[in-house]
Amino acid sequence: MDSNELLEIKEAQIASAKPIRLRCCLAAGCLYSDGEAIREALENAVEEEGLTDQVEVLGVGCMGLCSEGPLVQVDPDGILYEKVKPSDARSIVAALKGGKATAKIGDLNHPFFTKQVPVVLENSGKVDPERIETYIARDGYQALNTVINEMQPSQVVEEVTKSGLRGRGGAGYRTGLKWELVAKTPGDRKYVVCNADEGDPGAFMDRSVLESDPHRVLEGMAIAAYAVGANQGYIYVRGEYPLCIKRLQIAIRQARNLGLLGSAVFDTSFNFRVDLRIGAGAFVCGEETALMASIEGRRGTPRPRPPFPAESGLWNSPTLINNVETYANIPLIIRKGAAWFSSMGTERSKGTKVFSLAGKVKHTGLIEVPMGTPLRVIVNEMAGGAPDGGKVKAVYTGGLSGGCIPAEKLDTPVDYESLVQIGAIMGSGGMIVMDETDNMVDLAHFFMEFCVDESCGKCVPCRAGTVQIYRLLDRILNGMGEEGDIAKLQELSEMVKSCSLCGLGQSAPNPVVSTLRYYRNEYMECIQKNPNRNGNKNAVKAAK
Amino acid sequence: MSFNAIDSVLPSSVMGGDSRYKLLETAIKRHQSRSDALIEVLHAAQEIFGYLDTDLLVHISKSLKLPLSKVYGVATFYHFFSVSPRGAHTCVICMGTACYTKGARKLAAAAEKVSGLKVGETASDGSLSLMTARCIGACGIAPAIVLDGKVVGGQSEEMVTEQLKGWIEDGF
Repeated sequence: MDSNELLEIKEAQIASAKPIRLRCCLAAGCLYSDGEAIREALENAVEEEGLTDQVEVLGVGCMGLCSEGPLVQVDPDGILYEKVKPSDARSIVAALKGGKATAKIGDLNHPFFTKQVPVVLENSGKVDPERIETYIARDGYQALNTVINEMQPSQVVEEVTKSGLRGRGGAGYRTGLKWELVAKTPGDRKYVVCNADEGDPGAFMDRSVLESDPHRVLEGMAIAAYAVGANQGYIYVRGEYPLCIKRLQIAIRQARNLGLLGSAVFDTSFNFRVDLRIGAGAFVCGEETALMASIEGRRGTPRPRPPFPAESGLWNSPTLINNVETYANIPLIIRKGAAWFSSMGTERSKGTKVFSLAGKVKHTGLIEVPMGTPLRVIVNEMAGGAPDGGKVKAVYTGGLSGGCIPAEKLDTPVDYESLVQIGAIMGSGGMIVMDETDNMVDLAHFFMEFCVDESCGKCVPCRAGTVQIYRLLDRILNGMGEEGDIAKLQELSEMVKSCSLCGLGQSAPNPVVSTLRYYRNEYMECIQKNPNRNGNKNAVKAAK
Repeated sequence: MSFNAIDSVLPSSVMGGDSRYKLLETAIKRHQSRSDALIEVLHAAQEIFGYLDTDLLVHISKSLKLPLSKVYGVATFYHFFSVSPRGAHTCVICMGTACYTKGARKLAAAAEKVSGLKVGETASDGSLSLMTARCIGACGIAPAIVLDGKVVGGQSEEMVTEQLKGWIEDGF
């Protein structure tokens, strides 16, 4: 494979495209709602109408608006059909020749679409994730070609540093700095790892990116490998995401067959092999040291840092670990340049961020907006606010390690620093919207139950502390709380936060701390329900 | 338990040609019997056998030259692996935050009511397993459940009850 061959594939693919294209969303949400049957029905209808030489039906990745799925979009007419059923297929194809389709037509001028700036998602819903040619047709693997043939590894690291990209997994560590550290650490063997163990409940950005545009992540990883001097990569993907696994397997095979992965990439001396590691359902494995233990075939328990993976990671070798979305940003940073990337976002948070919207909003799904976009724009304008006349009460960001943001703080811009200031975090990008019917004590109780279950058990503060917090919450929620329980909760939370070994334990109390900060009255109300709250046994009798 | 002792407890099916063990051998060979491929091998074993019983774990520990304690430790650490058989039908209720705020707990209660099982249990006749998951990433179509491996979204208590009732009436 060389740049000419890459160009040939691109041109052949563009030339083979038919004038009219029906794109069917086949990412998880739509696929689970009969997406495949819709594609088949459309293909049959195209054949019946004798339009096969003009119309093609494509299976593509996520189009974003999951709540209105299954989605079908018509190019170049720019019509979006929503909640499509296989029985609509005939009329959709007939509508190409004039006529009216039975499926509902979506509004592509809605802020949900117009306020988005697709960078990571630029190909999502456009390329066929199971055909590498469609990725190459949209300039795929050109960045890798540029990097390998025209740049020194140190120049690549410099470009990423200049872009200001920060880790999209949650912590927001500067990506360039991490790469530099791994590149500078001496070692015969180095590894590049992609953390696709998207365990935070309510987050599905990584899943969508991998299902919709897997080659983008592979290309980002290969660029990273070249920059830091690694030739083995692992993608650690959740076992709960079978479609991701399947599409990644196909993508790796296709890239290898074309000489874009494996040995002698682009006919140079650069080798890069990627293997999949399938997670087995342990939340803690999203923590990098636990993830590495799991890749090595052990129980996924974390270890203290330092040494950081950059110095001593997989099999004690220098290891670069980045999140899916971080890698997905890389090809475009190389192609369009660091200056272009850093022109988006805020002073300290550059670029865009993908968020998954779920919970009590009209439009659930996936969006990508520039850093610094106010939450109000995302929740009220793009997601359309609460459905059925409800009122948005709070937004929960950052999953388990995050926090809730009450409605009155919705003007906060989403960037790393602003969110931390109000007691939440950017996290990986899951946003769950809650309305007035949701009880915050119940939410904290729900999260804590999760932590109790997912604590790996290695360190005592997390293993025992989460159980104690859970019991207190359980008691409060069931009207058996006592005066002083809130102080106990705070004390325990502080202990678990400051004494736990890894990120799971350190952030486990966050849901409690953050709901207490803004909704203390709801805890009080629960406690007020207990006539015996002062520890006075006679009070029960008196109340009766 | 020493490795010699393990030899004597290997089931005859390992020695006699249970074709499933041949499939497992292929998977182990694909990973060159490397001990760090333990999780991959357990995934393959569960896919082939449905669950990981003690004989199987003993066999794997021997093939990968790992202590049985380690194999058992890993198999029981991860939620994905089951050391007891699952029912012929499975109903998994997603308990991710998005599904939770949209009423997953009510779905679980409905499923428990109609099946007579508690979440996490398998019917004594092996017909049905009722489980929860920690988020299957189908938040856009919450609340979602997984019926025999197929994800369905936008569920209500009635829909879950109806589905499970159908299975029960079919005699599973």
